Amino acid sequence: MSVGIISYGAYIPRYRIRVEEIARVWGNDARIISDGLMVFEKSVPDIDEDTITIAVEAANNAIKRAGIDPERIGAIYTGSESHPYAVKPTSTVVAEAIGTNSELTAADFEFACKAGTAAIQACMGLVGSGMIDLGMAIGSDVSQGAPGDALEYTAAAGGVAYIIGKDEQAAEIESTYSFTSDTPDFWRREGMTYPEHGGRFTGEPAYFKHVTSAANGLLEKIGTKPSDYDYAIFHQPNGKFPTRVAKMLGFSKEQIKPGLVVPRLGNTYSGSCMMGLAATLDIAKPGDRIFVTSFGSGAGSDAFSITVTDRIDDIRNSAPSVEQLLANPIYLNYADYAKHKGKIKF
Amino acid sequence: MTVPRFWRRLKNLYRLIGTRCENCSEYYFPPRNMCPECRRTGQVVPFKFNGTGEVVTYTIIHSAGKDYAKHTPYILAIIKLDEGPRLTAQVICSPDDIHTGMKVKSAFRKLGEESEKGMIYYGTKFMPQEIK
Ligand SMILES: [Zn+2]
Repeated sequence: MSVGIISYGAYIPRYRIRVEEIARVWGNDARIISDGLMVFEKSVPDIDEDTITIAVEAANNAIKRAGIDPERIGAIYTGSESHPYAVKPTSTVVAEAIGTNSELTAADFEFACKAGTAAIQACMGLVGSGMIDLGMAIGSDVSQGAPGDALEYTAAAGGVAYIIGKDEQAAEIESTYSFTSDTPDFWRREGMTYPEHGGRFTGEPAYFKHVTSAANGLLEKIGTKPSDYDYAIFHQPNGKFPTRVAKMLGFSKEQIKPGLVVPRLGNTYSGSCMMGLAATLDIAKPGDRIFVTSFGSGAGSDAFSITVTDRIDDIRNSAPSVEQLLANPIYLNYADYAKHKGKIKF
Repeated sequence: MTVPRFWRRLKNLYRLIGTRCENCSEYYFPPRNMCPECRRTGQVVPFKFNGTGEVVTYTIIHSAGKDYAKHTPYILAIIKLDEGPRLTAQVICSPDDIHTGMKVKSAFRKLGEESEKGMIYYGTKFMPQEIK
C-alpha cells in the first residue's frame, strides 16, 4: 500500500522585520536588496520562542488538523540547523508536549535546509516497511545571519510538521529521489553563533546543480514531465533562486506561485520548502499533482512527487493555513529585532 | 526551579495535565492525588485541559531579575481555565491590550533557563484568542 501525508501543520512567529529596516541600519540600498533577493520582510521569533517551541506548535497544528491520536505516532524526527541543545534532542520535547506514549523512536536530523525533507523520507521508509503506524517529520528553525551579513536579510523563523502514514492520506507521495554530494557552500562550526558561506559558490555548483539533478532524476524515474503537475515548490533561500530553477526545469511561474512564501516570510531553512508545500496543500484540490524539491547546503536535494486526495477537503480547515499565519504581523525596528534574536547579550 | 523538580512537572507544564474527580466532577490544576471534597470516595484521574480560559486579574512586570530582564515589560496573570481551575501564568500580548475577562488560549513557550549552559525550561503560557 502507498505512503502519504495524513496531516500537516505549520507555525510562524508573529513578528516581522522589513528588509528596508535592516538595510537602513547598515547603510545599504533597500530597493536593490529587496529586488535582488525578492524578499521584502522576514519572520522573527518572540523572545521566548526557539526551534523547539516552533516545532511543538507546528506538531500540535498537524495533530489538530486531522484529529490524530498522538499515541499512534511511532517516530518523530526533527530537522533543524538551530536545535537549542547541542546534545539533547528537540524531538523528545516535541513527543512529550504533543502527548505520544514512550513506545516511539526519535532523533534530530541535521542537513542545513533539507533536514526536514530527509525526515519525511525516513518516516516514509518506516511506515512503508510496516515498522510504525504513523511517523512525524518536522522542519523547524530560528536561523541567524551575522549582523551586517547578506544572510541577515533572509534568515527567518518558522516550522512545519508532516504526519506520514498509510490510511486516510490527504496526499499520496508517489515517489522520492535524492541527489547528494560533498559541496562546501555553507557551514557553521560547533560552538559558532553564525554560519559561514562560500559567497558566489552557493549558486551554480550548490543550489542549482543539486535541485536540477534531484528534480530531473525524479521526473526521469517515474516518467513524468513538468506539465503533468499543477504546482511546484523548490527550496526558497530567497525568491530569486526558486524562480530561476523552476524556469530552468520547465515549470511555470503559475505553478510555483502558491508555494512561494519567501517574499513575505524569509528563509525558514529546514521549514522552507515544507512551508511552501503546506501553503500549496492549503489551496490544492483533490487530484492536483505537486512537485517538491528541497535543498540543503553541504549539499543535497530531495525531490517528491505528490498527488492530493479527496481527504484534503475534510482536514484543511481544522488548523491555521500558512496564509492565516502570515496575516497580522507585528513589525519590529532593528533594536527590538536584535533583542529578539539575542544579538545583544544581557 | 531545580532540574529534578522541573522534570517531575513536565507533563503538567507542557500539556496542562491536571486531574479530575469522577465522583464530583471537580477539576484540579495543579493535579491532586486526592479530591478534597470527596476524600475517600473520590475517583481522581488524569485530565488534559483544553487550554482555553480567561484573565481574572493581572499585573504588568516592569523590572525583573537578570534572567527575565530581556522579557520586561511582561504580563503575569491569573487565568481561569474553562473547566474551572485557576493558575498563574504569563500572557503574551502588549500591556496596552491586556484586560480582565480577556479570552486566552495556551501557547508552548520557553519559561526560562538555568543559565546559558544550563537546562532550558519549556511550558505553557497564554495568548489572546482573538488576534488583533
Ligand atoms: Zn470529588
